[in-house]
Amino acid sequence: MTDLTLTYDLEAVRADFPILSEKHHDDVPLIYLDNAASSQKPLKVIEAIDTYYRTYNANVHRGVHKLSEQATKAYEDARIKIRRFINAGSKREIIFTRGTTEGINLVAQTWGRVNLGVGDVVLSTVMEHHSNIVPWQILAAEKGFTIKYIPILEDGTLDMGAYAALLRDNSVKLVVVVHVSNVLGTVNPVAEMIQQAHAAGALALVDGAQSIPHMPVDVKALDVDFFAFSGHKMIGPTGIGILYGKREHLEAMPPWMGGGDMIETVRLEGSTWNELPYKFEAGTPIIAGAIGLGYAVDYLSELGMDKIHAHEQTITAYALERLSEVPGLKLYGPDAAQKGAVAAFSFEGIHPHDLAQILDSGGIAVRAGHHCAMPLHTHLGIPATTRASFYLYNTTQEVDALIEGLYKSKKTFAL
Amino acid sequence: MYDMYRELILDHAKNPRNHGLLDPADIDFEGHNPLCGDRLHLTLRVDENNRITEVGWDGEGCAISQASASLLGEEVIGKTLDEVKSINKEQIFEMLGIPLSMNRIKCALLSLKVLKVGAYGLAEWQQQEADEEEE
Repeated sequence: MTDLTLTYDLEAVRADFPILSEKHHDDVPLIYLDNAASSQKPLKVIEAIDTYYRTYNANVHRGVHKLSEQATKAYEDARIKIRRFINAGSKREIIFTRGTTEGINLVAQTWGRVNLGVGDVVLSTVMEHHSNIVPWQILAAEKGFTIKYIPILEDGTLDMGAYAALLRDNSVKLVVVVHVSNVLGTVNPVAEMIQQAHAAGALALVDGAQSIPHMPVDVKALDVDFFAFSGHKMIGPTGIGILYGKREHLEAMPPWMGGGDMIETVRLEGSTWNELPYKFEAGTPIIAGAIGLGYAVDYLSELGMDKIHAHEQTITAYALERLSEVPGLKLYGPDAAQKGAVAAFSFEGIHPHDLAQILDSGGIAVRAGHHCAMPLHTHLGIPATTRASFYLYNTTQEVDALIEGLYKSKKTFAL
Repeated sequence: MYDMYRELILDHAKNPRNHGLLDPADIDFEGHNPLCGDRLHLTLRVDENNRITEVGWDGEGCAISQASASLLGEEVIGKTLDEVKSINKEQIFEMLGIPLSMNRIKCALLSLKVLKVGAYGLAEWQQQEADEEEE
């Protein structure tokens, strides 16, 4: 099989990720196809974190000593890099969080708590990750608003007709939608959906966890009100994420967590809040994580998000083609043209957990389960799927190894 | 290193000009620097042409924040509120005449922030900050 045309030096990229040259088992190389769960980290990111701890570890925004100055500058530089990466209007719109989940919870507990009540509707979708369902359910139980779900069509895309109909009900206050499904891989038409939401007088929150690592995202062009994502899925560290919010909303929102750094003055009878973005960053932040994420963004930008996206589309199209040739395998989600770098499937006669275990013995890391999308699996009528997900460093040879692994699993189960 | 504490700064910090609040005052506003707890309470009197005739202030904080308040107070007496509007961050830095590290900028700008928010409201200050921000 001749390799497909690559848009960048794939071997050089692979060499930047130390873990990819580790052995998975004693003599089996690692084939990492669980990128939708978490991505690997390039040396540049690992070293940035190491350098912070080794040479200028200190708290930010507090000290006047040199280390604190240096840490503050690195932390704030990271915020600026991320602002540029998503084309936000101001660094004040970039809030550091622990990840996508925390970003969504922040919006629910601040904007949601003030703006949602009895008679209001939050529109979500059947393909959401639990992190974009449960925070709204928790708040709905307290505030008495209703959550409605946009259904999915047979091909794994959202029913846009149903969406338009649901919006006609004037009580929709907020639309919350995943940009790219972590199971189906569906790339939702969020720009169009946001426009429709705004026309209906609703705001829109987009879960960008599975989009921003893989494609260029421009929050201004999308005109999105809130956009949440995680660092660790975009070659950055765990424990750091971003909530982007339009300044006008963030200014009007009350703080969520109280503590240090988020106050202007504290008196025993009450306090006033610090300016954006610090109002939402109580406590000592994830300094090393933020700095690491800044370097991750540098790496992705230097390589080019367009090129990364093109590479992944090539790999995904190839994987879908090869997978569809395997007897007994059923793929979920739309075809390659409308899909992110995800292939979720079921395999006749082998439970996903068993399949993942057998693949692992061959060095192939995939995910098995409901992928934190139980309502979607209920809709599909299956308890679990096996998911292979790709990223900038994956190769067509790795896809071939996955296919071989599947045939080996068939043999093991004597199918 | 001790550039930061050159004579002018120490003089203004130790012998602040226009110290003491005016009562009554035409403009009266207090602000804080959340990071180090600097506090500045500024009062102004203006004539019928909105020209600042008297400045009085009270506060506590580091030498930089106090010297900045003292210097700015001297600077605005005799200017109209309209003229004061155009004073920007750079002018404060120039007035102080010292290199400021990132964490000290807030100390230096507390006086300007209190003046602008007190005279024109918070929205005006935020707009100015937004205009000046390169990011």
